[in-house]
Amino acid sequence: MIYEGKQKIWKDYQKEIPDDHWYYVRSCIRQNFFPASERKFTDITRNDLGKDVYETPYHTTCGGIAYHCDAIPQETAMTIVARQFALMTESGYENYVPSCVTSFGNYVEILETWREFPELETRIREQLWKACRREFNKPKYLAHTSDLIYHWRNEIAEKARYRLIDKETGEPVRMAEHIGCHYAKMFPSKGIGGAEYPYVLAGMIESWGGQVVDYPERRHCCGYGFRQYHMKANRGYCVSNTHKKFESMEPYGIQAILTNCPGCCYFMDRWQYVISEQTGKTYGKDGFGIPVFTYEELAGLVLGYDPWDLGLQLHQVAVEPFLDRIGVEYDPKAKYLGLNKEDLLKPELPTNLKCF
Amino acid sequence: MNHLFEELEKDYRFKEGYHSCINCGTCTAVCPAAEFYRYDPRKIVDIVQTRDDRQIEELLSSDTIWYCGECMSCLTRCPRKNGPGLVIMALRDLSIRTGLFTRSEKGRQMLPLTRTFSRNILEFGYCVYPETFDWNDHKESGPVWKWHMDHLEKSLERLGANYKGDGPGVLRRIPQESLDELKAIFDVTGATERISLVEKYSQQKAEEMGMSLEEYEKKAFEYSSDKHFNE
Ligand code: SF4
Ligand code: SF4
Repeated sequence: MIYEGKQKIWKDYQKEIPDDHWYYVRSCIRQNFFPASERKFTDITRNDLGKDVYETPYHTTCGGIAYHCDAIPQETAMTIVARQFALMTESGYENYVPSCVTSFGNYVEILETWREFPELETRIREQLWKACRREFNKPKYLAHTSDLIYHWRNEIAEKARYRLIDKETGEPVRMAEHIGCHYAKMFPSKGIGGAEYPYVLAGMIESWGGQVVDYPERRHCCGYGFRQYHMKANRGYCVSNTHKKFESMEPYGIQAILTNCPGCCYFMDRWQYVISEQTGKTYGKDGFGIPVFTYEELAGLVLGYDPWDLGLQLHQVAVEPFLDRIGVEYDPKAKYLGLNKEDLLKPELPTNLKCF
Repeated sequence: MNHLFEELEKDYRFKEGYHSCINCGTCTAVCPAAEFYRYDPRKIVDIVQTRDDRQIEELLSSDTIWYCGECMSCLTRCPRKNGPGLVIMALRDLSIRTGLFTRSEKGRQMLPLTRTFSRNILEFGYCVYPETFDWNDHKESGPVWKWHMDHLEKSLERLGANYKGDGPGVLRRIPQESLDELKAIFDVTGATERISLVEKYSQQKAEEMGMSLEEYEKKAFEYSSDKHFNE
Protein backbone atom coordinates (compact mmCIF):
# COMPACT_ATOMS: atom_id res chain seq x y z
CA MET A 1 0.00 0.00 0.00
CA ILE A 2 1.32 3.45 -0.81
CA TYR A 3 2.40 5.32 2.27
CA GLU A 4 -0.01 8.29 1.87
CA GLY A 5 -2.96 5.91 1.50
CA LYS A 6 -2.05 4.17 4.73
CA GLN A 7 -1.61 7.51 6.50
CA LYS A 8 -5.09 8.53 5.41
CA ILE A 9 -6.70 5.33 6.63
CA TRP A 10 -4.86 5.68 9.92
CA LYS A 11 -6.06 9.27 10.28
CA ASP A 12 -9.69 8.12 9.96
CA TYR A 13 -9.17 5.86 12.95
CA GLN A 14 -7.59 8.34 15.32
CA LYS A 15 -9.85 9.10 18.21
CA GLU A 16 -10.06 12.14 20.42
CA ILE A 17 -9.42 11.23 24.04
CA PRO A 18 -9.78 13.92 26.72
CA ASP A 19 -6.87 13.94 29.13
CA ASP A 20 -8.83 13.95 32.39
CA HIS A 21 -12.16 13.63 34.27
CA TRP A 22 -13.51 10.20 33.49
CA TYR A 23 -16.58 8.44 34.80
CA TYR A 24 -15.50 4.83 35.33
CA VAL A 25 -17.69 1.70 35.22
CA ARG A 26 -16.49 -1.76 36.08
CA SER A 27 -16.59 -5.07 34.22
CA CYS A 28 -18.28 -8.22 35.52
CA ILE A 29 -15.69 -10.54 33.97
CA ARG A 30 -12.72 -8.50 35.11
CA GLN A 31 -13.94 -8.08 38.67
CA ASN A 32 -14.25 -11.85 38.86
CA PHE A 33 -11.19 -13.00 36.95
CA PHE A 34 -8.81 -10.03 37.06
CA PRO A 35 -9.79 -8.23 40.26
CA ALA A 36 -6.32 -6.75 40.69
CA SER A 37 -6.32 -5.28 37.17
CA GLU A 38 -9.45 -3.31 38.00
CA ARG A 39 -7.92 -2.20 41.27
CA LYS A 40 -4.70 -1.20 39.52
CA PHE A 41 -6.52 0.80 36.85
CA THR A 42 -7.67 3.24 39.50
CA ASP A 43 -4.33 3.09 41.39
CA ILE A 44 -2.28 3.82 38.26
CA THR A 45 -4.54 6.50 36.80
CA ARG A 46 -5.21 8.28 40.10
CA ASN A 47 -1.95 7.82 42.00
CA ASP A 48 0.74 7.44 39.33
CA LEU A 49 -0.79 9.75 36.74
CA GLY A 50 -2.84 12.08 38.97
CA LYS A 51 -6.07 11.81 36.96
CA ASP A 52 -9.65 12.23 38.10
CA VAL A 53 -11.33 8.83 37.60
CA TYR A 54 -14.67 8.71 39.40
CA GLU A 55 -16.74 5.67 40.37
CA THR A 56 -20.13 5.41 42.05
CA PRO A 57 -21.14 2.27 43.97
CA TYR A 58 -24.61 2.46 42.38
CA HIS A 59 -23.57 1.34 38.93
CA THR A 60 -24.24 -2.27 37.93
CA THR A 61 -23.52 -4.72 35.17
CA CYS A 62 -24.18 -3.28 31.69
CA GLY A 63 -25.99 -6.54 30.90
CA GLY A 64 -23.75 -7.11 27.86
CA ILE A 65 -22.98 -10.75 28.51
CA ALA A 66 -26.60 -11.65 29.20
CA TYR A 67 -27.57 -9.74 26.05
CA HIS A 68 -25.08 -11.62 23.88
CA CYS A 69 -26.23 -14.91 25.45
CA ASP A 70 -29.71 -13.86 24.24
CA ALA A 71 -30.96 -14.04 27.82
CA ILE A 72 -32.34 -10.48 27.93
CA PRO A 73 -34.13 -8.48 25.21
CA GLN A 74 -32.38 -5.63 23.43
CA GLU A 75 -34.53 -2.97 25.08
CA THR A 76 -33.61 -4.30 28.52
CA ALA A 77 -29.91 -4.03 27.71
CA MET A 78 -30.47 -0.53 26.38
CA THR A 79 -32.38 0.63 29.44
CA ILE A 80 -29.73 -0.75 31.82
CA VAL A 81 -27.18 1.27 29.84
CA ALA A 82 -29.43 4.33 29.90
CA ARG A 83 -29.45 4.06 33.69
CA GLN A 84 -25.65 3.93 33.73
CA PHE A 85 -25.62 7.12 31.63
CA ALA A 86 -28.07 8.72 34.07
CA LEU A 87 -25.69 7.99 36.96
CA MET A 88 -22.86 9.62 34.97
CA THR A 89 -25.02 12.66 34.26
CA GLU A 90 -26.06 12.99 37.91
CA SER A 91 -22.39 12.80 38.95
CA GLY A 92 -21.53 15.72 36.67
CA TYR A 93 -19.33 13.84 34.19
CA GLU A 94 -19.44 13.58 30.41
CA ASN A 95 -16.47 11.32 29.61
CA TYR A 96 -17.44 7.69 30.06
CA VAL A 97 -14.96 4.82 30.37
CA PRO A 98 -16.10 1.19 30.70
CA SER A 99 -13.57 -1.42 31.75
CA CYS A 100 -14.55 -4.23 29.38
CA VAL A 101 -14.58 -4.79 25.63
CA THR A 102 -18.02 -6.44 25.71
CA SER A 103 -19.34 -3.40 27.56
CA PHE A 104 -17.55 -0.98 25.28
CA GLY A 105 -19.02 -2.76 22.22
CA ASN A 106 -22.43 -2.71 23.87
CA TYR A 107 -22.25 1.06 24.53
CA VAL A 108 -21.04 1.79 21.00
CA GLU A 109 -23.73 -0.39 19.46
CA ILE A 110 -26.44 1.28 21.53
CA LEU A 111 -25.30 4.84 20.81
CA GLU A 112 -25.00 4.08 17.09
CA THR A 113 -28.42 2.40 16.98
CA TRP A 114 -29.98 5.42 18.71
CA ARG A 115 -28.24 7.73 16.25
CA GLU A 116 -29.69 5.79 13.36
CA PHE A 117 -33.12 5.26 14.91
CA PRO A 118 -33.88 8.25 17.17
CA GLU A 119 -37.39 6.93 17.90
CA LEU A 120 -35.79 4.04 19.76
CA GLU A 121 -33.77 6.40 21.94
CA THR A 122 -37.00 8.24 22.79
CA ARG A 123 -38.64 4.97 23.73
CA ILE A 124 -35.73 3.95 25.97
CA ARG A 125 -35.82 7.37 27.68
CA GLU A 126 -39.51 6.78 28.43
CA GLN A 127 -38.84 3.29 29.75
CA LEU A 128 -36.01 4.49 31.98
CA TRP A 129 -38.26 7.20 33.38
CA LYS A 130 -41.03 4.72 34.00
CA ALA A 131 -38.73 2.19 35.70
CA CYS A 132 -36.31 4.46 37.58
CA ARG A 133 -37.48 8.07 37.32
CA ARG A 134 -34.12 9.01 35.84
CA GLU A 135 -32.99 11.06 32.86
CA PHE A 136 -29.65 11.12 31.11
CA ASN A 137 -27.29 12.86 28.74
CA LYS A 138 -25.33 10.72 26.37
CA PRO A 139 -21.57 10.73 27.02
CA LYS A 140 -19.63 13.35 25.12
CA TYR A 141 -16.70 10.97 24.88
CA LEU A 142 -16.71 7.20 25.15
CA ALA A 143 -13.41 5.37 25.55
CA HIS A 144 -12.40 1.90 26.61
CA THR A 145 -10.03 1.64 29.62
CA SER A 146 -7.26 0.46 27.29
CA ASP A 147 -7.74 3.62 25.20
CA LEU A 148 -6.80 5.62 28.29
CA ILE A 149 -3.74 3.52 29.10
CA TYR A 150 -2.80 3.92 25.41
CA HIS A 151 -3.37 7.68 25.66
CA TRP A 152 -1.09 7.85 28.72
CA ARG A 153 1.41 5.24 27.47
CA ASN A 154 4.27 7.69 27.09
CA GLU A 155 3.75 9.12 30.57
CA ILE A 156 3.89 5.55 31.85
CA ALA A 157 7.06 4.95 29.82
CA GLU A 158 8.66 8.02 31.40
CA LYS A 159 7.96 6.69 34.90
CA ALA A 160 8.89 3.11 34.02
CA ARG A 161 11.18 1.05 36.20
CA TYR A 162 11.45 -1.80 33.69
CA ARG A 163 11.31 -1.98 29.91
CA LEU A 164 10.07 -4.80 27.71
CA ILE A 165 13.64 -5.74 26.87
CA ASP A 166 15.25 -9.13 27.36
CA LYS A 167 17.87 -8.39 29.96
CA GLU A 168 20.18 -11.18 28.76
CA THR A 169 20.17 -10.36 25.06
CA GLY A 170 19.20 -6.68 25.09
CA GLU A 171 16.58 -7.48 22.42
CA PRO A 172 12.96 -6.25 22.63
CA VAL A 173 10.55 -8.86 24.02
CA ARG A 174 8.56 -10.47 21.18
CA MET A 175 4.88 -9.90 21.89
CA ALA A 176 1.59 -10.68 20.22
CA GLU A 177 -1.47 -8.55 20.83
CA HIS A 178 -5.11 -9.61 20.76
CA ILE A 179 -7.68 -6.87 20.42
CA GLY A 180 -10.96 -8.66 21.13
CA CYS A 181 -13.74 -8.76 18.54
CA HIS A 182 -16.15 -6.26 20.08
CA TYR A 183 -13.56 -3.49 20.34
CA ALA A 184 -13.71 -2.50 16.68
CA LYS A 185 -15.14 -5.24 14.47
CA MET A 186 -18.66 -3.78 14.59
CA PHE A 187 -17.81 -0.09 14.44
CA PRO A 188 -14.19 0.17 13.31
CA SER A 189 -14.10 3.96 13.60
CA LYS A 190 -14.70 3.74 17.37
CA GLY A 191 -11.45 1.93 18.14
CA ILE A 192 -7.93 3.28 17.91
CA GLY A 193 -6.62 2.13 14.54
CA GLY A 194 -9.94 0.52 13.53
CA ALA A 195 -10.43 -3.18 12.87
CA GLU A 196 -7.73 -3.33 10.21
CA TYR A 197 -4.78 -1.65 11.95
CA PRO A 198 -5.73 -1.65 15.62
CA TYR A 199 -2.98 0.16 17.45
CA VAL A 200 -4.29 0.42 20.99
CA LEU A 201 -2.18 -2.45 22.35
CA ALA A 202 0.63 -2.30 19.79
CA GLY A 203 1.19 1.32 20.83
CA MET A 204 1.68 0.30 24.47
CA ILE A 205 4.08 -2.53 23.59
CA GLU A 206 6.17 -0.28 21.39
CA SER A 207 6.38 2.61 23.78
CA TRP A 208 7.39 0.31 26.65
CA GLY A 209 10.24 -1.20 24.61
CA GLY A 210 8.78 -4.43 23.19
CA GLN A 211 8.33 -5.64 19.64
CA VAL A 212 4.92 -6.46 18.16
CA VAL A 213 4.95 -9.74 16.26
CA ASP A 214 2.41 -10.48 13.54
CA TYR A 215 1.02 -13.98 12.90
CA PRO A 216 -1.61 -15.28 10.47
CA GLU A 217 -4.54 -15.70 12.89
CA ARG A 218 -3.87 -12.48 14.78
CA ARG A 219 -7.41 -11.19 14.21
CA HIS A 220 -9.22 -14.50 14.77
CA CYS A 221 -11.68 -14.60 17.67
CA CYS A 222 -10.41 -16.14 20.95
CA GLY A 223 -13.50 -18.35 20.85
CA TYR A 224 -15.47 -16.97 23.79
CA GLY A 225 -18.74 -16.96 21.85
CA PHE A 226 -20.81 -16.05 24.99
CA ARG A 227 -23.28 -18.99 25.18
CA GLN A 228 -20.56 -21.13 23.60
CA TYR A 229 -18.60 -20.79 26.84
CA HIS A 230 -21.34 -20.38 29.42
CA MET A 231 -22.92 -23.70 28.41
CA LYS A 232 -20.66 -26.60 29.27
CA ALA A 233 -21.93 -28.53 26.25
CA ASN A 234 -20.50 -25.93 23.85
CA ARG A 235 -17.03 -25.33 25.19
CA GLY A 236 -15.33 -27.33 22.44
CA TYR A 237 -16.08 -24.30 20.26
CA CYS A 238 -14.01 -22.08 22.53
CA VAL A 239 -10.96 -24.28 22.94
CA SER A 240 -10.87 -25.07 19.20
CA ASN A 241 -10.64 -21.42 18.29
CA THR A 242 -7.93 -20.66 20.85
CA HIS A 243 -6.09 -23.75 19.62
CA LYS A 244 -6.21 -22.41 16.07
CA LYS A 245 -4.62 -19.17 17.24
CA PHE A 246 -1.84 -20.83 19.21
CA GLU A 247 -0.99 -23.21 16.38
CA SER A 248 -0.75 -20.23 14.06
CA MET A 249 1.42 -18.32 16.55
CA GLU A 250 3.79 -21.20 17.20
CA PRO A 251 6.45 -20.56 14.52
CA TYR A 252 6.89 -16.90 15.51
CA GLY A 253 8.66 -17.24 18.85
CA ILE A 254 6.13 -15.16 20.78
CA GLN A 255 7.17 -14.60 24.39
CA ALA A 256 4.04 -12.96 25.80
CA ILE A 257 0.58 -11.85 24.71
CA LEU A 258 -1.15 -8.58 25.55
CA THR A 259 -4.96 -8.56 25.48
CA ASN A 260 -7.66 -5.93 25.42
CA CYS A 261 -10.66 -7.93 26.53
CA PRO A 262 -10.94 -9.81 29.83
CA GLY A 263 -12.59 -12.80 28.18
CA CYS A 264 -9.77 -13.19 25.68
CA CYS A 265 -7.17 -12.88 28.42
CA TYR A 266 -8.83 -15.52 30.57
CA PHE A 267 -9.45 -17.93 27.69
CA MET A 268 -6.04 -17.64 26.07
CA ASP A 269 -4.51 -18.38 29.48
CA ARG A 270 -6.84 -21.20 30.53
CA TRP A 271 -7.22 -23.01 27.23
CA GLN A 272 -3.43 -23.38 27.10
CA TYR A 273 -3.81 -25.35 30.31
CA VAL A 274 -6.66 -27.45 28.86
CA ILE A 275 -4.75 -28.12 25.62
CA SER A 276 -1.75 -29.22 27.69
CA GLU A 277 -3.93 -31.60 29.71
CA GLN A 278 -5.64 -32.98 26.60
CA THR A 279 -2.68 -33.32 24.26
CA GLY A 280 0.45 -32.73 26.33
CA LYS A 281 1.35 -29.76 24.15
CA THR A 282 2.65 -26.49 25.60
CA TYR A 283 3.44 -23.36 23.58
CA GLY A 284 6.16 -21.63 25.61
CA LYS A 285 9.73 -22.78 26.18
CA ASP A 286 10.65 -25.80 28.32
CA GLY A 287 7.12 -26.91 29.11
CA PHE A 288 5.84 -23.46 30.10
CA GLY A 289 2.96 -21.67 28.39
CA ILE A 290 2.96 -18.22 26.82
CA PRO A 291 1.84 -15.73 29.49
CA VAL A 292 -1.18 -13.59 28.60
CA PHE A 293 -1.55 -10.17 30.23
CA THR A 294 -4.12 -7.45 30.69
CA TYR A 295 -2.89 -3.92 29.88
CA GLU A 296 -2.97 -2.91 33.56
CA GLU A 297 -0.84 -5.92 34.43
CA LEU A 298 1.72 -4.97 31.80
CA ALA A 299 1.61 -1.26 32.71
CA GLY A 300 1.92 -2.23 36.38
CA LEU A 301 4.94 -4.45 35.72
CA VAL A 302 6.64 -1.73 33.72
CA LEU A 303 5.94 0.78 36.51
CA GLY A 304 7.50 -1.58 39.06
CA TYR A 305 4.44 -2.83 40.96
CA ASP A 306 4.88 -6.14 42.78
CA PRO A 307 3.65 -8.92 40.43
CA TRP A 308 1.61 -10.45 43.24
CA ASP A 309 -0.12 -7.10 43.90
CA LEU A 310 -1.02 -7.19 40.20
CA GLY A 311 -2.74 -10.56 40.68
CA LEU A 312 -0.40 -12.51 38.40
CA GLN A 313 -0.73 -15.48 40.77
CA LEU A 314 -4.26 -15.97 39.38
CA HIS A 315 -2.96 -16.88 35.93
CA GLN A 316 -2.71 -20.58 35.17
CA VAL A 317 0.27 -20.03 32.86
CA ALA A 318 3.33 -19.23 34.98
CA VAL A 319 4.51 -15.65 34.55
CA GLU A 320 7.91 -16.10 36.24
CA PRO A 321 9.93 -16.78 33.04
CA PHE A 322 8.62 -13.48 31.66
CA LEU A 323 9.43 -11.62 34.89
CA ASP A 324 12.95 -13.05 34.82
CA ARG A 325 13.35 -12.12 31.16
CA ILE A 326 12.72 -8.41 31.73
CA GLY A 327 14.43 -8.45 35.12
CA VAL A 328 11.50 -7.81 37.47
CA GLU A 329 12.48 -8.27 41.12
CA TYR A 330 9.98 -10.39 43.02
CA ASP A 331 9.72 -12.83 45.89
CA PRO A 332 8.77 -16.27 44.51
CA LYS A 333 7.73 -17.45 47.97
CA ALA A 334 5.19 -14.64 48.36
CA LYS A 335 3.15 -15.72 45.31
CA TYR A 336 0.27 -17.37 47.11
CA LEU A 337 0.38 -15.58 50.45
CA GLY A 338 -2.63 -13.67 51.74
CA LEU A 339 -2.68 -10.28 53.37
CA ASN A 340 -0.04 -9.91 56.14
CA LYS A 341 1.78 -12.93 54.67
CA GLU A 342 -0.96 -15.32 55.78
CA ASP A 343 -0.39 -18.86 54.51
CA LEU A 344 -3.18 -19.79 52.09
CA LEU A 345 -1.59 -23.05 50.89
CA LYS A 346 -0.92 -23.47 47.16
CA PRO A 347 -2.83 -24.57 44.08
CA GLU A 348 -2.21 -28.06 42.77
CA LEU A 349 0.08 -28.30 39.77
CA PRO A 350 -1.22 -29.14 36.29
CA THR A 351 -0.09 -32.44 34.76
CA ASN A 352 1.87 -31.05 31.81
CA LEU A 353 1.95 -27.28 31.94
CA LYS A 354 4.90 -26.19 34.02
CA CYS A 355 3.96 -23.90 36.92
CA PHE A 356 5.31 -22.80 40.27
CA MET B 1 -48.02 -13.81 15.33
CA ASN B 2 -47.64 -11.98 12.01
CA HIS B 3 -45.68 -13.50 9.20
CA LEU B 4 -42.24 -14.43 10.49
CA PHE B 5 -40.33 -12.30 8.01
CA GLU B 6 -42.40 -9.27 8.98
CA GLU B 7 -41.61 -9.93 12.63
CA LEU B 8 -37.90 -10.05 11.83
CA GLU B 9 -38.12 -6.74 10.01
CA LYS B 10 -39.24 -5.02 13.22
CA ASP B 11 -36.05 -5.99 15.03
CA TYR B 12 -33.44 -3.19 15.10
CA ARG B 13 -30.60 -5.67 14.76
CA PHE B 14 -32.25 -6.96 11.63
CA LYS B 15 -32.70 -3.41 10.31
CA GLU B 16 -28.98 -2.85 10.86
CA GLY B 17 -27.63 -6.20 9.76
CA TYR B 18 -29.80 -7.28 6.85
CA HIS B 19 -29.32 -5.90 3.37
CA SER B 20 -29.16 -7.77 0.09
CA CYS B 21 -26.68 -10.64 0.22
CA ILE B 22 -24.60 -11.56 -2.82
CA ASN B 23 -23.80 -14.99 -1.46
CA CYS B 24 -20.05 -14.43 -1.62
CA GLY B 25 -19.28 -16.51 1.49
CA THR B 26 -16.85 -14.02 3.01
CA CYS B 27 -18.72 -14.20 6.33
CA THR B 28 -18.37 -17.97 6.41
CA ALA B 29 -14.65 -17.75 5.62
CA VAL B 30 -13.91 -15.64 8.71
CA CYS B 31 -16.49 -17.18 11.05
CA PRO B 32 -15.16 -18.93 14.19
CA ALA B 33 -18.42 -20.88 14.48
CA ALA B 34 -18.06 -22.24 10.95
CA GLU B 35 -14.60 -23.40 12.03
CA PHE B 36 -16.15 -25.78 14.49
CA TYR B 37 -19.82 -26.41 13.76
CA ARG B 38 -21.69 -27.46 10.63
CA TYR B 39 -22.53 -23.86 10.20
CA ASP B 40 -22.62 -21.45 7.30
CA PRO B 41 -23.76 -17.87 8.00
CA ARG B 42 -23.96 -17.20 4.25
CA LYS B 43 -26.71 -19.80 4.00
CA ILE B 44 -28.66 -18.26 6.87
CA VAL B 45 -28.76 -14.81 5.26
CA ASP B 46 -29.65 -16.46 1.97
CA ILE B 47 -32.57 -18.36 3.52
CA VAL B 48 -33.84 -15.21 5.22
CA GLN B 49 -33.76 -13.28 1.97
CA THR B 50 -36.13 -15.79 0.36
CA ARG B 51 -38.74 -14.31 2.79
CA ASP B 52 -40.24 -17.78 2.80
CA ASP B 53 -41.91 -18.30 6.19
CA ARG B 54 -41.74 -22.07 5.93
CA GLN B 55 -37.97 -22.00 5.56
CA ILE B 56 -37.64 -19.33 8.25
CA GLU B 57 -39.69 -21.45 10.63
CA GLU B 58 -37.36 -24.36 9.97
CA LEU B 59 -34.41 -22.14 10.84
CA LEU B 60 -36.05 -20.97 14.05
CA SER B 61 -36.62 -24.59 15.08
CA SER B 62 -33.10 -25.75 14.26
CA ASP B 63 -29.75 -25.94 16.04
CA THR B 64 -28.21 -23.81 13.30
CA ILE B 65 -29.14 -20.39 14.65
CA TRP B 66 -27.58 -21.20 18.04
CA TYR B 67 -24.09 -21.96 16.70
CA CYS B 68 -23.03 -18.32 16.26
CA GLY B 69 -20.74 -16.78 18.90
CA GLU B 70 -21.90 -13.19 18.24
CA CYS B 71 -18.30 -12.11 17.67
CA MET B 72 -19.36 -9.90 14.73
CA SER B 73 -16.25 -10.73 12.68
CA CYS B 74 -18.63 -11.18 9.74
CA LEU B 75 -19.87 -7.60 9.99
CA THR B 76 -16.40 -6.14 9.42
CA ARG B 77 -15.81 -8.17 6.28
CA CYS B 78 -19.14 -8.36 4.45
CA PRO B 79 -18.90 -6.38 1.21
CA ARG B 80 -22.60 -5.50 1.46
CA LYS B 81 -22.46 -4.34 5.09
CA ASN B 82 -24.58 -7.24 6.26
CA GLY B 83 -24.12 -8.58 9.73
CA PRO B 84 -25.10 -12.24 9.75
CA GLY B 85 -24.38 -12.13 13.52
CA LEU B 86 -27.01 -9.38 13.89
CA VAL B 87 -29.50 -11.31 11.74
CA ILE B 88 -28.89 -14.29 14.05
CA MET B 89 -29.71 -12.17 17.11
CA ALA B 90 -33.05 -11.26 15.56
CA LEU B 91 -33.73 -14.89 14.59
CA ARG B 92 -32.95 -16.06 18.13
CA ASP B 93 -35.24 -13.45 19.61
CA LEU B 94 -38.06 -14.61 17.38
CA SER B 95 -37.34 -18.27 18.13
CA ILE B 96 -37.70 -17.49 21.84
CA ARG B 97 -40.91 -15.48 21.39
CA THR B 98 -42.52 -18.22 19.29
CA GLY B 99 -41.37 -21.04 21.58
CA LEU B 100 -39.64 -22.72 18.63
CA PHE B 101 -36.35 -22.71 20.56
CA THR B 102 -37.39 -25.80 22.49
CA ARG B 103 -37.36 -27.84 19.29
CA SER B 104 -33.56 -27.95 19.09
CA GLU B 105 -30.89 -29.21 21.48
CA LYS B 106 -28.94 -25.93 21.39
CA GLY B 107 -32.11 -23.84 21.57
CA ARG B 108 -33.10 -25.60 24.81
CA GLN B 109 -30.01 -24.01 26.39
CA MET B 110 -32.16 -20.88 26.75
CA LEU B 111 -33.46 -22.26 30.05
CA PRO B 112 -30.12 -22.51 31.88
CA LEU B 113 -28.91 -19.29 30.24
CA THR B 114 -31.97 -17.28 31.20
CA ARG B 115 -31.98 -18.69 34.74
CA THR B 116 -28.28 -18.04 35.34
CA PHE B 117 -28.12 -14.52 33.98
CA SER B 118 -31.42 -13.26 35.34
CA ARG B 119 -30.46 -14.55 38.79
CA ASN B 120 -26.96 -13.02 38.62
CA ILE B 121 -28.30 -9.66 37.49
CA LEU B 122 -31.33 -9.41 39.75
CA GLU B 123 -29.80 -10.87 42.92
CA PHE B 124 -26.28 -9.51 42.66
CA GLY B 125 -26.19 -6.82 39.94
CA TYR B 126 -23.47 -8.66 37.99
CA CYS B 127 -23.61 -10.90 34.90
CA VAL B 128 -21.02 -13.20 36.46
CA TYR B 129 -20.64 -13.58 40.21
CA PRO B 130 -18.39 -15.76 42.41
CA GLU B 131 -21.25 -17.31 44.37
CA THR B 132 -22.85 -18.75 41.26
CA PHE B 133 -19.61 -19.81 39.55
CA ASP B 134 -19.28 -23.47 40.51
CA TRP B 135 -15.72 -24.69 39.95
CA ASN B 136 -16.97 -28.22 39.27
CA ASP B 137 -18.80 -26.89 36.22
CA HIS B 138 -15.69 -24.93 35.20
CA LYS B 139 -12.74 -27.25 35.54
CA GLU B 140 -11.11 -25.48 32.61
CA SER B 141 -10.49 -22.58 34.98
CA GLY B 142 -7.71 -24.75 36.34
CA PRO B 143 -6.26 -25.71 39.71
CA VAL B 144 -5.29 -22.10 40.29
CA TRP B 145 -8.94 -21.10 40.22
CA LYS B 146 -9.89 -23.90 42.54
CA TRP B 147 -7.32 -22.49 44.96
CA HIS B 148 -8.71 -18.98 44.49
CA MET B 149 -12.30 -20.13 45.06
CA ASP B 150 -11.25 -22.15 48.12
CA HIS B 151 -9.74 -18.97 49.62
CA LEU B 152 -12.11 -16.55 47.91
CA GLU B 153 -12.45 -13.87 50.57
CA LYS B 154 -8.80 -13.85 51.53
CA SER B 155 -7.54 -13.98 47.97
CA LEU B 156 -9.80 -11.09 46.94
CA GLU B 157 -8.81 -9.13 50.04
CA ARG B 158 -5.13 -9.66 49.16
CA LEU B 159 -5.79 -8.14 45.72
CA GLY B 160 -7.49 -5.02 47.01
CA ALA B 161 -11.07 -5.97 46.12
CA ASN B 162 -14.06 -4.79 48.15
CA TYR B 163 -15.96 -8.10 48.00
CA LYS B 164 -19.49 -7.62 49.39
CA GLY B 165 -18.36 -4.34 50.92
CA ASP B 166 -20.09 -0.95 50.92
CA GLY B 167 -18.95 1.92 48.73
CA PRO B 168 -17.14 1.63 45.41
CA GLY B 169 -14.58 -0.98 44.39
CA VAL B 170 -14.11 -4.43 42.90
CA LEU B 171 -17.01 -6.86 43.54
CA ARG B 172 -18.65 -4.42 45.97
CA ARG B 173 -22.15 -5.21 47.19
CA ILE B 174 -24.49 -3.49 44.77
CA PRO B 175 -26.92 -1.46 46.92
CA GLN B 176 -30.47 -2.85 47.21
CA GLU B 177 -31.98 0.30 45.67
CA SER B 178 -29.90 -0.31 42.53
CA LEU B 179 -31.03 -3.94 42.39
CA ASP B 180 -34.62 -2.71 42.74
CA GLU B 181 -34.09 -0.46 39.74
CA LEU B 182 -32.76 -3.38 37.71
CA LYS B 183 -35.90 -5.33 38.60
CA ALA B 184 -38.09 -2.40 37.54
CA ILE B 185 -36.17 -2.23 34.23
CA PHE B 186 -36.74 -5.97 33.72
CA ASP B 187 -40.47 -5.47 34.36
CA VAL B 188 -40.87 -2.46 32.08
CA THR B 189 -38.75 -3.65 29.15
CA GLY B 190 -39.97 -7.21 28.72
CA ALA B 191 -37.19 -9.19 30.42
CA THR B 192 -39.49 -10.43 33.19
CA GLU B 193 -42.02 -11.53 30.60
CA ARG B 194 -39.21 -13.22 28.66
CA ILE B 195 -38.21 -15.21 31.75
CA SER B 196 -41.78 -16.53 32.18
CA LEU B 197 -42.00 -17.37 28.51
CA VAL B 198 -38.77 -19.38 28.55
CA GLU B 199 -39.91 -21.16 31.72
CA LYS B 200 -43.35 -21.94 30.26
CA TYR B 201 -42.13 -23.32 26.93
CA SER B 202 -39.31 -25.26 28.62
CA GLN B 203 -41.75 -26.80 31.10
CA GLN B 204 -43.99 -27.95 28.24
CA LYS B 205 -41.05 -29.44 26.38
CA ALA B 206 -39.67 -31.14 29.49
CA GLU B 207 -43.06 -32.83 30.00
CA GLU B 208 -43.10 -33.89 26.38
CA MET B 209 -39.61 -35.37 26.81
CA GLY B 210 -40.67 -37.12 30.03
CA MET B 211 -38.24 -35.22 32.24
CA SER B 212 -38.42 -32.97 35.25
CA LEU B 213 -37.53 -29.36 34.51
CA GLU B 214 -34.35 -29.77 36.55
CA GLU B 215 -33.25 -32.80 34.50
CA TYR B 216 -34.07 -30.88 31.33
CA GLU B 217 -31.99 -27.90 32.46
CA LYS B 218 -29.02 -30.05 33.41
CA LYS B 219 -29.11 -31.87 30.09
CA ALA B 220 -29.33 -28.63 28.14
CA PHE B 221 -26.33 -27.28 30.06
CA GLU B 222 -23.99 -30.22 29.67
CA TYR B 223 -25.07 -32.66 26.98
CA SER B 224 -23.90 -32.40 23.40
CA SER B 225 -24.76 -34.89 20.68
CA ASP B 226 -22.07 -35.22 18.03
CA LYS B 227 -24.24 -34.20 15.08
CA HIS B 228 -23.15 -30.57 15.37
CA PHE B 229 -19.51 -30.81 14.45
CA ASN B 230 -17.47 -30.46 11.30
CA GLU B 231 -15.51 -33.50 10.28
S1 SF4 C 1 -20.30 -11.74 3.43
FE1 SF4 C 1 -22.21 -10.55 3.24
S2 SF4 C 1 -22.76 -10.66 1.05
FE2 SF4 C 1 -21.20 -12.25 1.44
S3 SF4 C 1 -22.41 -14.13 1.88
FE3 SF4 C 1 -21.97 -13.17 3.85
S4 SF4 C 1 -23.77 -11.85 4.25
FE4 SF4 C 1 -23.81 -12.37 2.05
S1 SF4 D 1 -21.04 -13.17 14.59
FE1 SF4 D 1 -21.64 -15.32 14.36
S2 SF4 D 1 -21.88 -15.59 12.15
FE2 SF4 D 1 -20.67 -13.70 12.44
S3 SF4 D 1 -18.51 -14.39 12.35
FE3 SF4 D 1 -19.11 -14.38 14.53
S4 SF4 D 1 -19.79 -16.49 14.95
FE4 SF4 D 1 -19.79 -16.23 12.69
